[in-house]
Amino acid sequence: MVPASYYLILAAILFVLGGIGVLIRRSALVMLMSVELMLAGANLTLVTYSRFLGKVDGQAFAFLVMAVAAAEVAVGLAIAVSLVRHKDTTDVDEIDPC
Amino acid sequence: MLSYVWLIPALPLLGVLVNATAGRWFGRRLVAAIASLAVGASFALASLVFVTMLGVPATALDGGNGREWTIPIFRWIVTGDLKVEARLLLDQVSILMTLVVTSVSTLVHIYSAAYMRGDEHYKRYFTWLNLFVFMMLVLVLGDSFLTMYIGWEGVGVCSYLLIGYWFERESAAEAAKKAFLVNRVGDFGFLLAILLIFSKVGSLAFQDVFPAASALAPAAATVISLLLFLGASAKSAQIPLYIWLPHAMEGPTPVSALIHAATMVTAGVYMVVRCYSLFERSGSALQWVAWIGVLTALFGATMAIVETDLKRILAYSTISQLGYMFLGAGVGTYTMGLFQLTTHAFYKALFFLCAGSVMHALGGETDIFKMGGLRKRLPWTWAACLVAVLSISGVPLFAGFFSKDEIMHLAFVEGNIALGVLALVTAGLSGFYGFRLFFVTFYGSPRVVERSRRSRQMRASSSERGAPSMVERAQGIHESPWLMLAPMLILAVLSVTSGYLGLPKVLGLGNAIDQFLHPAFSASTRSSLGEGASWTQWAVIGASLVETSIAITLAWWLYIRKWGTAERWSQSAGWLYNLISNKYYVDQAYERGVVQPLRALAAGLSSAVEARGIDGAVTGVGRFVSLAGEGLHRLNTGRTRQYALVLLAGAALIVSYLLLRSVLG
Amino acid sequence: MELVVFLILAVLAVVSGAGVIAQRSATRSALFLLACFCCLAGLFILLNAQFVALAQVIVYAGAIVVLFLFVVLLIGIERVAEKPGPRKSERVAGILLGAMLLVGIVWAILATKGSTAAPLSRADNVREIGQLLLSGWAIPFEMAAVVLLVAIVGAAVLAKKRLEG
Repeated sequence: MVPASYYLILAAILFVLGGIGVLIRRSALVMLMSVELMLAGANLTLVTYSRFLGKVDGQAFAFLVMAVAAAEVAVGLAIAVSLVRHKDTTDVDEIDPC
Repeated sequence: MLSYVWLIPALPLLGVLVNATAGRWFGRRLVAAIASLAVGASFALASLVFVTMLGVPATALDGGNGREWTIPIFRWIVTGDLKVEARLLLDQVSILMTLVVTSVSTLVHIYSAAYMRGDEHYKRYFTWLNLFVFMMLVLVLGDSFLTMYIGWEGVGVCSYLLIGYWFERESAAEAAKKAFLVNRVGDFGFLLAILLIFSKVGSLAFQDVFPAASALAPAAATVISLLLFLGASAKSAQIPLYIWLPHAMEGPTPVSALIHAATMVTAGVYMVVRCYSLFERSGSALQWVAWIGVLTALFGATMAIVETDLKRILAYSTISQLGYMFLGAGVGTYTMGLFQLTTHAFYKALFFLCAGSVMHALGGETDIFKMGGLRKRLPWTWAACLVAVLSISGVPLFAGFFSKDEIMHLAFVEGNIALGVLALVTAGLSGFYGFRLFFVTFYGSPRVVERSRRSRQMRASSSERGAPSMVERAQGIHESPWLMLAPMLILAVLSVTSGYLGLPKVLGLGNAIDQFLHPAFSASTRSSLGEGASWTQWAVIGASLVETSIAITLAWWLYIRKWGTAERWSQSAGWLYNLISNKYYVDQAYERGVVQPLRALAAGLSSAVEARGIDGAVTGVGRFVSLAGEGLHRLNTGRTRQYALVLLAGAALIVSYLLLRSVLG
Repeated sequence: MELVVFLILAVLAVVSGAGVIAQRSATRSALFLLACFCCLAGLFILLNAQFVALAQVIVYAGAIVVLFLFVVLLIGIERVAEKPGPRKSERVAGILLGAMLLVGIVWAILATKGSTAAPLSRADNVREIGQLLLSGWAIPFEMAAVVLLVAIVGAAVLAKKRLEG
């Protein structure tokens, strides 16, 4: 039996990786991908607890998270497209006002 | 009768209100008439009260003062345990003061109606003059230290207003300021005394404080008395706070006559006499009073000898005579001090009015060495002035003789030899300076000099604007109008007759004023007429007669017979002459020792503490806020990634905090 | 046995994740993301969450990553290419922060007592979740639907070319 903490640590690693990605990368698209990574980590935590507590709620929650993540990606990419149309780049540092 | 006493101060107040509000629509005559009538009615009422009072037996059933009433006016302060009622105290002393104040005031008002005729601000003058009378009456009729203090401050304010009446002139404004500030020092002493009294006795009403005086510790009584005397010496121009009075002569002459001769400056004497129980309880306070009084008397007299300005001579004379009054109070004869107060009020006011008359005739000249030869041209003024001079010199049959002699005698008998000798010398000097003034002003060849029109305008009443040149003027000098002469003559009569109120004991005819006033001092342990043998009094009378004759002869010799001798003498006694004529450099000493350090302190505080400290703190707050704002402004970069960083940092911080708390907690 | 599978999947997931954030090309990042998601799906199955694993593959791997790739191709590779990285200070700060966060979370995880696993239920996972979503979690479920609707409308509006004139 794999202990819960292993899953949780893995989830934490994925979450932090995503967080670092948001801070390091300049491309808007990659930043969105990093956000997805963070959400994935969160999902893993939810499902882990769902398993170890025996309730199914965690999985339902994870499912809803997935739905929201999809929505968010859609809107985010639409923004990225419109951004490219106006500024001709997806580099967030270049579109900064200062 | 008692229920009308409140009208005595109320009538002048009414005069003030009427003139102040509706005065602009009245003509000059009406304004002056209202003011004079107000005071005159006050005087009439006071006389009625006095006569009624005489009908009441002097000694009460319990042996105390039978003629003493407390008259409530209104409830003033009622808060919690503190109940202060406004009350009037009517007794022999207060009625005497009231009579003196109202009589002289009425005469001065009438005189002013003519003297100030050309002045623009007629209404202001009479309003303030009436206000002054009101305040002075509050002072002498009040029955508690609180009321007295109110009157005290009130007369101080009126003095300021009236000295600075011609405030466009810088010297007048400065003089008014000086008067007020010096008085403030005295007022401070007075206030401290009041606070001490209240803390020791628990009440400020005279009827509570004076009976309780015997229960005070002598040391406490000394402190209180000396503080009270500080106030008195500022108001009554004693050493070291006399410096304001000579400069106060910048005000109109009637003001000098009323305020700075007869009434306000006597408030200090009134206060000391009123508080005699406190002064007697203290072992040494009365000694201080006597010594400072006699020293001031001598001091003032020496300066009067060399002064050349007419009004200033009179001012120094007043300082000197006030010293006499304090000497009288200090040796324990309160009645004779008050007697001197009364006679002095009459003859000094007369003297000032004469001076005003002369100045009016000469277009505002005040230097006596620029006068002369006026005897034939101003006969009435000459006669009145002669009466005043005889009084001040202590020539027998005139009022000054009687009051001064009593005090001198008592200085020897009840005080000590030194006091008596100094008093005697001063009396001689008084005779000398009085006649010096008289001879130089009225006799000799006319030395009247043309002065520029502008300065003339500033000095006296503007009725002399546009007066003719020297030659024409010497021919055109005329006597003053009857409205000015009549009060002078009345005062002349009073200067003679008031003396007979206080005949010497040795003549066996009874001292009327002493008999009248004596019950008011029933708790005093001092004798009011002295216990000496009769030869002492004859000796004093003799000595003073001798020196008065010497003084008058000397004055005649120097200023009529051998003109110019005085100048030679003053040159040979060079340094002494300079010292005295520069007023012993007291003014300069004050300037260096007090005024300049204070100014430096104020400047220092205003630049360092005020500008940098307080202002700095206030603007500093503003600057701090804007700096903080700018600092915070820098957080708004617009850079998305920085926002993300901050978000994550926040999250990390929260996690660490929670962890640490669970670990350590 | 289970442990071995877990370890393989875990390592692959971490490597893919690192690849996502480290790759310079956006398309490669997307592909690494795909790999990561597939590993996650495997982990879900290990955790007896079959429905979620399925959803993960269909939604995440199938739809989201594909969407990413579409957009990358739409925009054009050259515009997606990044210039050299962000300011040094920010990068360092970011990594440090991440490390700090990781340490904190791991510590927290390790500090809690390990819970014993509940017995595996043999029930039909899909049915269970379905029942839950339509009874107790009905409102969140409906709200998720609304969110999706809003997202569709929003994306359409945002991405539309402005009508000229």
